[in-house]
Amino acid sequence: MSAETLLKVEGLGKSFGGVMAVSNVDFELKRGDFLGVIGPNGAGKTTLVNLITGFVKPSRGKVIFNGKDITGRKPYDIANMGVARTFQMVRLFHNMPAYKNLIIPLCSQRVRKLRGGKYGERDDVAIDLLDDMGFERTSNVPYKTAGSLPHGYLKRLDLARALALRPDLLILDELFSGMSMAEVAGVLPIIEKLNTQGLTTIMIEHRLRELFRVVDRVMVLNFGVKIAEGSPDQVMDSDEVKKAYLGVDVEIPRGKPA
Amino acid sequence: MQEAEVKVRKRRLERAIKARTDTVFVIASPGDILYVLAPRVVPMAILLLLPLFVGGYHSKVIVHACVVGLLALSWELLASCGLFSLGQSLFFGVGAYMAGAMDKYLHLPIWVTIPVATLGGGALCALLLAPVVRLRGVYFAMVTLMLPILFKQIIEAWGILGGTHGLSGLTAFPNEWLDKYLIIVAFITVLFGLRSLITSDYGLVLKAIADDDRAVMSAGINIYSRKVQALFIAASVASFAGAFITHHYQFAGFSVFALDWAILPLAAAAVGGTGSFAGAALGSMILVPLSEALRAMGGLRMAIYCAILVFAVLALPEGIFRFLERKYQEFETVIEVK
Ligand SMILES: Nc1ncnc2c1ncn2[C@@H]1O[C@H](COP(=O)(O)OP(=O)(O)OP(=O)(O)O)[C@@H](O)[C@H]1O
Ligand SMILES: [Mg+2]
Repeated sequence: MSAETLLKVEGLGKSFGGVMAVSNVDFELKRGDFLGVIGPNGAGKTTLVNLITGFVKPSRGKVIFNGKDITGRKPYDIANMGVARTFQMVRLFHNMPAYKNLIIPLCSQRVRKLRGGKYGERDDVAIDLLDDMGFERTSNVPYKTAGSLPHGYLKRLDLARALALRPDLLILDELFSGMSMAEVAGVLPIIEKLNTQGLTTIMIEHRLRELFRVVDRVMVLNFGVKIAEGSPDQVMDSDEVKKAYLGVDVEIPRGKPA
Repeated sequence: MQEAEVKVRKRRLERAIKARTDTVFVIASPGDILYVLAPRVVPMAILLLLPLFVGGYHSKVIVHACVVGLLALSWELLASCGLFSLGQSLFFGVGAYMAGAMDKYLHLPIWVTIPVATLGGGALCALLLAPVVRLRGVYFAMVTLMLPILFKQIIEAWGILGGTHGLSGLTAFPNEWLDKYLIIVAFITVLFGLRSLITSDYGLVLKAIADDDRAVMSAGINIYSRKVQALFIAASVASFAGAFITHHYQFAGFSVFALDWAILPLAAAAVGGTGSFAGAALGSMILVPLSEALRAMGGLRMAIYCAILVFAVLALPEGIFRFLERKYQEFETVIEVK
C-alpha cells in the first residue's frame, strides 16, 4: 500500500455565534491510517466530523480528500466521493425493517458506480452486510422494524449503513457509547479487520482502552484546539492532555498516573 | 389409548400468507389467493362497473370523486417524502390552464393537450417549487398555498388566459364514455402505479427522506433532487386531473385555483388514512359522494360536512383504510391440527 495522502485538513475552524467549536485544526491521514480522536465533552469532536462530512460549513480552513478540495461541499457529494460516517446519536429509519435501512446507501450513485450500474439484489447485499454485523440471517432480527431493536443493534446498524457505501474513509463518532462490553468485543475486531484490509478510519471514542487497542495514532482536542497528536503512549504522557482530562471521569489506561 | 378427538386451532390467514416482508407472499391454496386478491380486485371492479348502471348525475359524482382521488394520491406522494402540500390547486390549475390554452390558442387536439399539460404542468410546478424544497414543514406548505393565489392574481391583473372570464368553448371529449372511463382508468392506474413505486427501492428512499434527511444525505443521496423528482410525479398526476376537468367542463377559469382543490384532497387523505395511497383513494371515494349527498341539507351542508370530518378523524385517527385493513387481517379460519 502506497503512503499517499487521503485526507488533509488545513486550519479548519468553526465558530457558533462566537464560540470556537473547532479552531485552526490541522492533520493529515495516509491511506490505511487509523486515527483516534479524543477530548473532553464539548471539545469539538463531533463538529470536526460534521465539518469534514459537509454537515456544517467551516468558518475557515480547508478539507482536501483524495486530492480534491471538498470544503463546504454538500454531504451527499462528500459521501459519494467515499467518506462515510456514523452518528453519535444514531440516525436511522426507524419505521423500516433493519435490512431496508441499508438499501438507502445501496441506492447511492457511488454504490451504483462501484457495482457497475448493476441494479437488483440489493436486499441480498444488505442481508450479507448485516450478517457480518451479527444480525444472524437465519433469525428474524434483520427483518424486524429498526425502531424495535435494542440500542446495541442500532449502533451496529448505523455502522452497517456507513459501510454499505463502500467508503474510502470511515468516520466513527462514539460508536461504542451505550454498547455493552460483549457488543464492543464483537464489533472491535470487525473494525480492526476492515482497517487492515486498507480502510482508512477515524474513530472518536471516550472508551480509551478499546480505542488504544486498535489505533496507530491519537489526536487530542480541547476547546476546539488540537493539543496533541501521536502514538497513544506519547499522547497520554503529554502534560497538556493530563491537564485537559484532570477532574474528568475518564479512565487512563495502562495504569499510568493521570 | 383413546381415540384422539379432532383438535382445531384458529389460524390468521394474514400470518400464514405474509412471509417476513410485505412483498413476499406464500400462497398455498385458492382460499389464500382469494384472500390476497379480493381487497384489491373487488373495489376496482365496482368502480369500473358502476358507471354502466347509474345515471348521468351519479356518473358526474364518480368522475368528481376520481378527480379528487388523483389530487389526494398526488398529495400522499409528496407527504411520503416529507413535503406537506397545501397547493394541490396549484398543480391542478396549471394543468387545467395549460390544456385550455393549448386548445384555445393552438387548436391542438385532446390527445395532445392532455399529455402535454400532464408532463408540462408537472415540469413547471417542479421547477417553480424546486427552490423551496429545502424548506421544511409549514414553510413549504405556506409557499404552496400562496402560489395558486399568485397565479390567479396575475391572470386577473394582466387579463391573460381569458382574464376573469376564463377560457370557454373548449373541446369536449368525443363521447361521454371516453370522458368517464378516462378518469376512472387513470385513477386506478395511478393508485396502483404509486403503490408499486413506493414499495420499490426508489420509494424507500423517498420515505427515508421523510424519516431522517441527514441520514439519507450521509448515504450519498441528493435529497433535493429526489424531492424535485417526487414533485414532478405528484404535480403531473394533479395536472392530468386539471387537464381532464378542462375538457370535461369545456372551460378553464379561476375556479381551478380555488382552495377546495387544495383542502378536499387533504381531507380525503386524513379521513382515509395518511401514510397509504389506498387510504387517500378510499377517503376520496367516501368524501365526495358524502358531500354530494349533503346538498339536500341546503345551508347547513358545510357545517354538517365539517362535523362529519371532525368526527371521522377523532373516531378513527388511523384512518378508515387502516381500520378496515386491520379488521381484515384479523380474519381467521379454523384449521385442523394433526
Ligand atoms: N449546531 C450548533 N450550534 C451551536 N453550538 C454548537 C453546535 N454544535 C456544537 N456546538 C458547540 O460546539 C462545541 C463543541 O461541540 P461538539 O458536539 O463538537 O463536542 P464533542 O467533542 O463532540 O462533545 P461530546 O464528547 O459531548 O460529544 C460545544 O460547546 C457545543 O455546545
Ligand atoms: Mg460528540
